[in-house]
Amino acid sequence: MNTETFYYDNKIVKQFAIATATWGLVGMLVGLTIALQMVWPFLNFNIPETTFGRLRPLHTNAIIFAFVGNGIFMGVYYSLQRLTKARMFSDLLSKIHFWGWQLIIVLAALSLVMGYTTGKEYAELEWPLDILITLIWVIFGVNMFGTLIKRRERHLYVAIWFFIGTWVTVAMLHIVNSIELPVSLTKSYSYYAGVQDALVQWWYGHNAVAFFLTTPYLGLMYYFIPKAANRPIYSYRLSIIHFWALIFIYIWAGPHHLLYTSLPDWAQSMGTVFSIMLLAPSWGGMINGLLTLRGAWDRVRESAVLKFMVVAITAYGMATFEGPMLSLKNVNAISHFTDWTIAHVHVGALGWNGFLTFGVLYWIIPRMWQTDLYSNKWANWHFWIGTLGILLYAIPMYWAGWMQSSMWNEFTPEGQLQYQFLETVQTMRPFYMARSLGGLLYLIGATIMVVNLVKTAKQGVFLAQEKAEAALLEKVRITGNEHWHRVIERRPLQMLVFALVLVAIGGVIEMIPTFLVKENIPTIAAVKPYTPLELEGRDIYIREGCYTCHSQMIRPFRSETARYGDYSKAGEFVYDHPFQWGSKRTGPDLAREGTGSLKRMDSWHYNHMMDPASISTGSIMPRYPWLFEDKIDFEEITNKMEAMQTLGVPYTDADIAAGADSARRQAQQITKGLMLEFKQNQLLTSDEGLQPDHEILALIAYLQRLGRDAAPVQQ
Amino acid sequence: MKFINYLESITDVSIYPLTSLFIFVIFFAGVLYRVLREDKASIEEQKNIPFDL
Repeated sequence: MNTETFYYDNKIVKQFAIATATWGLVGMLVGLTIALQMVWPFLNFNIPETTFGRLRPLHTNAIIFAFVGNGIFMGVYYSLQRLTKARMFSDLLSKIHFWGWQLIIVLAALSLVMGYTTGKEYAELEWPLDILITLIWVIFGVNMFGTLIKRRERHLYVAIWFFIGTWVTVAMLHIVNSIELPVSLTKSYSYYAGVQDALVQWWYGHNAVAFFLTTPYLGLMYYFIPKAANRPIYSYRLSIIHFWALIFIYIWAGPHHLLYTSLPDWAQSMGTVFSIMLLAPSWGGMINGLLTLRGAWDRVRESAVLKFMVVAITAYGMATFEGPMLSLKNVNAISHFTDWTIAHVHVGALGWNGFLTFGVLYWIIPRMWQTDLYSNKWANWHFWIGTLGILLYAIPMYWAGWMQSSMWNEFTPEGQLQYQFLETVQTMRPFYMARSLGGLLYLIGATIMVVNLVKTAKQGVFLAQEKAEAALLEKVRITGNEHWHRVIERRPLQMLVFALVLVAIGGVIEMIPTFLVKENIPTIAAVKPYTPLELEGRDIYIREGCYTCHSQMIRPFRSETARYGDYSKAGEFVYDHPFQWGSKRTGPDLAREGTGSLKRMDSWHYNHMMDPASISTGSIMPRYPWLFEDKIDFEEITNKMEAMQTLGVPYTDADIAAGADSARRQAQQITKGLMLEFKQNQLLTSDEGLQPDHEILALIAYLQRLGRDAAPVQQ
Repeated sequence: MKFINYLESITDVSIYPLTSLFIFVIFFAGVLYRVLREDKASIEEQKNIPFDL
């Protein structure tokens, strides 16, 4: 047989491993910071860059794209070479991929804290970064497919299918959700508006969980669990079914993030049905992973790697059982907008992604450095501290979520709401403290791991080029009656196309009707575009990440309509590029903040944004002093209106030409009104600093506009 | 987005979930059929790829 000698590239794996560990610590540290800010708001430090609304997107993006992202690449570059018996296609592409991805992370971190955001969760990065992500992702794809084409192993092992499915689906999701119209280098508007934007966003958001946090990690599970346990996967047939069923079903489940919202009912139901179906393939995969360890449980006791992996798979099982349950409308009515969701995602992130990453790191680092792990004892300590951290994080958050929902829904015997929103916030304080402690323990565990791995590397010798031998692949003729699946699994490009078709079906069937059928978005004649100043205020609302704590979506429940006013209608959001429905209510809903009993004086908003706790005792909202210093760029508003006009918002050319002046006039009116209110009510100790071009005026204009157009509409 | 409503109503909305379910069942049945018919030797061979260094 004609064998060849070649070398696996361990250097690229090492680089991604270092990046994984480093960004992991950074992402967790930011997470711990924002957790503490919810207990002690002074930790926001009254400066924009360290305020919750900007740090929370930094935390989620750092964990998803920096920690897990680098974790994926580390695992793929290690396993793909060995599963294909080939070195990566191009060292140069590997290098560009690595440095490009790290550049994206650094730019993302800087831009997020500077307030450059699209305002769409987990897709906050602005358009130049979206383009950069696309380019680097394509480079990763070329490198992966190039390797597959020059491989020396005929069959594509199931882990590779997961990598291919991941690559093609993430590309599709990222491109479709990131279609936006740039206004400047740092600002763009989503191409979609309101309900459509929400549907696209959660089709993306849910599948970011599915195809970034799940499928690539399942690929890693199918490679590293058998390797660590030294026995093949329990059922290879089950893994084939797991793959196809999972990628097909997952893509449909997005609308379960929008239950009881203004999304058309049929789309909500479809999301629910497919979410329930998802339980089967998810658990099929989990059982396949766990049963791989049958007869090897004694090894779990000794091996920290296997311990991490077993808890990771168990956490995957718990999260994928809970997910379908949360998609049931009656359960979702309780859980949505509460800390229950936060508990749910952290079981996935800390348990599944975190622990699997740790297991893989503990497994590959000693191998690449040709030594033993520096301290098994420390690894076991890490395991127990980390597990305790997860429990201390998740249990208080489940409890908190349940309490929030119960308190929001509680009525007195006289039929009044039992609790003010603020009372529910104050009740959460001990739970938020416990959660911070859980996060701290988890971070301590991860730090112990990093020290342990650094010491391991120091005592060993790094093997940058790992020698291997394999026979060349001979060409085979495919006969007519061969198994179609076997043909596909030998041909990566065909598999890519097939996977793309499968995942595209779900999106197409859900989205096209919502976009094209008039009845789905009933328009409301009274709903008009924002005034130029309100538009500017909305951009400030987005920039400061208000959506990370405030929803703008009143669900049709008595407890919500009693608290916030009439439930939200699809037609109210037709000019909202992007939508700002939010996903969590740390603060109250703001959909009708400018109407009815919720309406407050301009001076209330003024003082509240200056120091929330002075107006609402016990509030945990940060202070926004810079809004009282920074000035509105009135000329830029014209460009923003032009962009909105292009996107279909009915501003006339005359409106746009007069945009800056109109904004100035409205700002002056608000300033005058504020002065008057201050004098009458003596609400402000000093109004000396008040100028008619401060950003706070635009924000007040926007907040006072919320819900006003649709206020008289009765269904 | 300047979206145009091409269709005025969605009276036959049930066609969407039905189509979806139909596509899924057909597809799933296909995968299941082929997977169960796959011969054992080939499955064993693929299963052991991670150990074939």
